[in-house]
Amino acid sequence: MIKVLFFAQIRELVGCNELSVAAGFSDVEALRRELVGKGDKWALALDSNKLLVAVNQEICALTTAIKSGDEVAFFPPVTGG
Amino acid sequence: MVNAEIQVQHADFDLATEYAQLSCAYSTGAIVTFVGKVRDFNQGDDVAGLSLEHYPGMTEKALASILQQAKSRWSIQTVKVIHRIGDLALGDQIVFVGVASAHRGDAFSACEFIMDYLKTQAPFWKKESTATGAHWVDARETDTSAAERWK
Repeated sequence: MIKVLFFAQIRELVGCNELSVAAGFSDVEALRRELVGKGDKWALALDSNKLLVAVNQEICALTTAIKSGDEVAFFPPVTGG
Repeated sequence: MVNAEIQVQHADFDLATEYAQLSCAYSTGAIVTFVGKVRDFNQGDDVAGLSLEHYPGMTEKALASILQQAKSRWSIQTVKVIHRIGDLALGDQIVFVGVASAHRGDAFSACEFIMDYLKTQAPFWKKESTATGAHWVDARETDTSAAERWK
């Protein structure tokens, strides 16, 4: 399984903090496309233009490979400080 | 051996207490501290307060990585970052960065570098409350360019 996390406006748009998906995606982009297929709000939330991705808590590219046991997070550009 | 400390917390912090901890070594010749606060305007709106979300685990790792980079670039004795999360009111303190060093140049540069990188790389998100409702703050291009100049 892959643990998927959502933060900030992405979390609010998709209406969940976290879900588990079966492994079998070649990379983050394949997972993103699968989630986008869940509906309009998912497509809007996970629009790749301004989306940041972390795998196992490290920021990475959509082309990063993922495997079972990984933690993948989708979030918007950060605004702390 | 550089002493580096990170705290992500709901509770407020006290600048005098933090300063006292940074200034306890006789080898320290310079201390630079920065405090970021909740202001009453942002991006054209009157702000009534804000709520800060973070990514538990990753936020601490990202901050540790930023402090590590600062330590490798400047001569630092002690460095500390405190970032608050949850609901904050106008005037509340949000973030503290304190750097102790032998000389002021290292302390000034490291403190500014840490804030610039924190604003663009540490996973925190602000949601502002305004008269027209609550909305997520947009990332600023100026923050990205501020971080870029350290490359």
